Amino acid sequence: MDVLTPRSLSEALALREAHPEALPIQGGTDVMVGLNFDRAHPAALLNLNEVVELREWAPSGDGYRIGAGVTYAEMMSGPLAAEFPALAEASRTVGSPQIRNRGTIGGNLATASPAGDSIPPLVVAGAEVECTSVRGARRIPVADFVTGVKRNALAADELITAIHLRPSGVAETFLKVGPRNAMVIAVCSLAVSAGDELRAAFGSASPRPVLVTAPRGEAATFPAQVAAAASPIDDVRGTATYRRHAIEVLTRRALERCLA
Amino acid sequence: MTVVLTPGKLGVGRVGDRALRSDGTPKVQGQFAFASDMIAPGMLWGHTVRSPHAHAEIVEIDISEAVAMPGVHAVLTHADVPGAKTYGLEFADQPVLAIDRVRYYGEAVALVAAEHPEQARRAAELVKVTYRELVPVTDMERALESAPLHAGKPTAGHGYREDDRPNVVRHVVIRHGDPDVEGDVTVTGTYELGIQDQAFLGPESGLAVPDGEGGIDIYAATQWLHVDRRQIAPCLNLPEQQVRLHLAGVGGAFGGREDLSMQIHAALLALHTNRPVKIVYNREESFFGHVHRHPARIWAEHRATREGRIVCVKMRILLDGGAYASSSTAVAANAASFAIGPYAVANALLEATAVYTNNPPCGAMRGFGAVQTCFAAEAQMDKLADLLGIDPIELRLLNAAAPGDVLPTGQRIEGSFPVAATIRAAAALEPPAPEPLPRDPLRLPGGAGNTTRGEGVKRGIGFAVGFKNIMFSEGFDDSTAARVQLFADGSAEVHCASAEVGQGVSDVILQVARTELGTDLVRLAPQTTATVGSGGSTSASRQTWMAASAVRDACRAAIERRDAGDAEVDVEIVYRHAETTPLDPETGQITGDRAHVAFSVCAMKVVAEVDVELGLTRIVWIGAAQDVGRAINPLAAEGQVQGGAAQGMGLAVMEEIQTRNGLITNASFTDYLIPTALDMPAMDVVLVEDPDPAGPFGAKGIGEPPTVTATAAVASALRAASGQPLTRVPVTPEALIGLSR
Repeated sequence: MDVLTPRSLSEALALREAHPEALPIQGGTDVMVGLNFDRAHPAALLNLNEVVELREWAPSGDGYRIGAGVTYAEMMSGPLAAEFPALAEASRTVGSPQIRNRGTIGGNLATASPAGDSIPPLVVAGAEVECTSVRGARRIPVADFVTGVKRNALAADELITAIHLRPSGVAETFLKVGPRNAMVIAVCSLAVSAGDELRAAFGSASPRPVLVTAPRGEAATFPAQVAAAASPIDDVRGTATYRRHAIEVLTRRALERCLA
Repeated sequence: MTVVLTPGKLGVGRVGDRALRSDGTPKVQGQFAFASDMIAPGMLWGHTVRSPHAHAEIVEIDISEAVAMPGVHAVLTHADVPGAKTYGLEFADQPVLAIDRVRYYGEAVALVAAEHPEQARRAAELVKVTYRELVPVTDMERALESAPLHAGKPTAGHGYREDDRPNVVRHVVIRHGDPDVEGDVTVTGTYELGIQDQAFLGPESGLAVPDGEGGIDIYAATQWLHVDRRQIAPCLNLPEQQVRLHLAGVGGAFGGREDLSMQIHAALLALHTNRPVKIVYNREESFFGHVHRHPARIWAEHRATREGRIVCVKMRILLDGGAYASSSTAVAANAASFAIGPYAVANALLEATAVYTNNPPCGAMRGFGAVQTCFAAEAQMDKLADLLGIDPIELRLLNAAAPGDVLPTGQRIEGSFPVAATIRAAAALEPPAPEPLPRDPLRLPGGAGNTTRGEGVKRGIGFAVGFKNIMFSEGFDDSTAARVQLFADGSAEVHCASAEVGQGVSDVILQVARTELGTDLVRLAPQTTATVGSGGSTSASRQTWMAASAVRDACRAAIERRDAGDAEVDVEIVYRHAETTPLDPETGQITGDRAHVAFSVCAMKVVAEVDVELGLTRIVWIGAAQDVGRAINPLAAEGQVQGGAAQGMGLAVMEEIQTRNGLITNASFTDYLIPTALDMPAMDVVLVEDPDPAGPFGAKGIGEPPTVTATAAVASALRAASGQPLTRVPVTPEALIGLSR
């Protein structure tokens, strides 16, 4: 298996076009598990770790541009955590310290798992995914970027280069249910922001991201609305009945926190 | 609460010292050589082709494409096994490689050896096995009415109770006193336990090296070198002298390395290719590579007087042994023998049945049958205390057994058995006060998930006591050999094949030898079949008693020789504990003085917090009192109690192998969850020292009792916090909020 290691974004995009069969790898916290378990047999890897541009974040317009290679650990503290508290809380729930030091926001989106912890806060924030190829860049709302369970809208020659999002400016939070108190994949999760509009998105309870909104005046019925919007399944991590119940409880608690 | 451990000193401990473990520092620093780290010049890599079905006939195996792959040196099937085609720890009912039928998901069917592990994996994918699928037997109750999974009865002829029902591995009945006696009150309950995995961190691995003269050296992570050899040699068609087993670095065992995994397979490939062959399972394969803890269904009835005196216990225990017998027969006997708990009860009817199914094979795991029944029995005790309005600890003390009392098997308890003292020691431990809010989410149920800031959180305190035999039982000829060499320079070398699996027997051996020989110049030779007799199994909490006794006796014999004038001394002795005899197959009563040798008791008080809206938990604190006889190394003993508690807590709150139609659906550490450092609470550990007159320096084994008790104690605390019945472990969030049982 070849490992292609570009040193710049332009080189990365050129390699991506020339080698569409190469699997992009950044933190490796998902890709390497697939390789180690002999589940994935990519012809080549496109190692993005040396592409400095992907590792940067900066204010951009009235929001921020966060490079695809920014790690959970970087989103958990400092200015990013202050601007995006729900994303920071979601980042804190990911794996172990080692995983949070390696895993990236771009990787989480590329994997497009319903259990991806960063996805609910990004959906609530109305974030857009910047997808770039030698042809140019385009932006896709996160909810549209994830097209199904572990499927995304990335074209064969595109890389995820950044996430664009604006601070909500209102109270927001993230909660995640797991049967273990750390290092656990979400049984279900929930991000909420509470401004004039109540916004919620859940994880591990639908094949694609779902944004639920309601006027602030509907706070009393919002938990039931969010639970009703979920389409959870029974699997090895939990039952559909429990997930729907938990999402309602989580929404109620999130609103209590945000509206306090 | 901060626990400050007294720092110990390395390499100089004597009996009773808080000595540091000699393998501790290298393990923490990543320098310890585990079995998976071994290499040999010219080494090939072995890989195992496994069944994708839980139950199927093998129609054809076509290896032609696999053999033709580049780098492949051998592809072997059952036809290439030169000797016995089947093996087993106690009953040879398991094929080395599946012959005409597979009986569980992941069963070994063929082997590949190649230059590179990836070549071996790819070649394994090209071994074409044609199966005709059969309906798997996956329910342990229905197994008793299903077509037999094994021709004949592999466990017949061993003196067990006659039982004509199909798929019975063993049926044990213990009838004690008059089981029809009525009490003033009765509590009944049905309990269930899922399949727990040992989840050792070092997967199965080993290296087989041909010696060039037709024999073989096998370096493997195992629990009993000599019994591995006894099973391996006939399959290789070699005399035992030509098969040498050497202990490679063991990354945890907990019973899961009692049965063979890759040993015969690597040896077959090595002898076939005349090259060293290494096999290392990955994490997923490890779930197929060893037996697990028996899942169980238990029906219990306790009858008591109004004052709380238990007059009769009836318990029926069904254990799913999976596809092969492994040690199910002994697990069933243990489950029945210790079903009541450490209580004196005059009347009982205890019935344990282990069955064959097409589920993952089950066998030895820390606690060995006693974990399952302790969970049920202690839930019953709490229920009884609640019904009678008696304090649950007082109820236990009222019924606590003592030396001189008679167990349900008719065995009179001798030696150290401080049940009441151990219960009192745990009861006296003061739990920490509830922590004020707000708290860091890591200190709340749901932990890092940030699910509560105190909403829905209830606190509960639970208690349980459990006990278990130490050493082998029922007439097993149980021995440990030790050999001591004294040299002219005053130094000594000890040979003892008792496997170090991380529990600390190596340091127990060294502490005993230093004490007996009066010198720190003592080396422990590598553990092997080549230079010393059998150390017996590292299981049944037996090695501290057995190895320490054997080494003590060997040291004393060596000193005697030296004092008699021998300049260089080399002496080997074999230690045997007091003789046991089988249980009567009809009544389950002893046929001699004893069926079990000695017992160890553990009591725990647990504080748990439950988020009663989400069903998430935080185990806050565990206070444990462990009966140790006498601690050879208190530091290591406390470590065993902590580790055992963690493993028992894991079964209570998260650890379960899940299956669908016999197929494991969570064969990874992504979905088979074990407690992390954030799940494991602070512990207070008290060692109760009541020396056993028959134990070395008064010591008893302690590896298992903490695990036996912890599951029950944690479940008790979760019941107290949630108000739910919680009759099944692991307890699920659904059960904690009343959505399921």
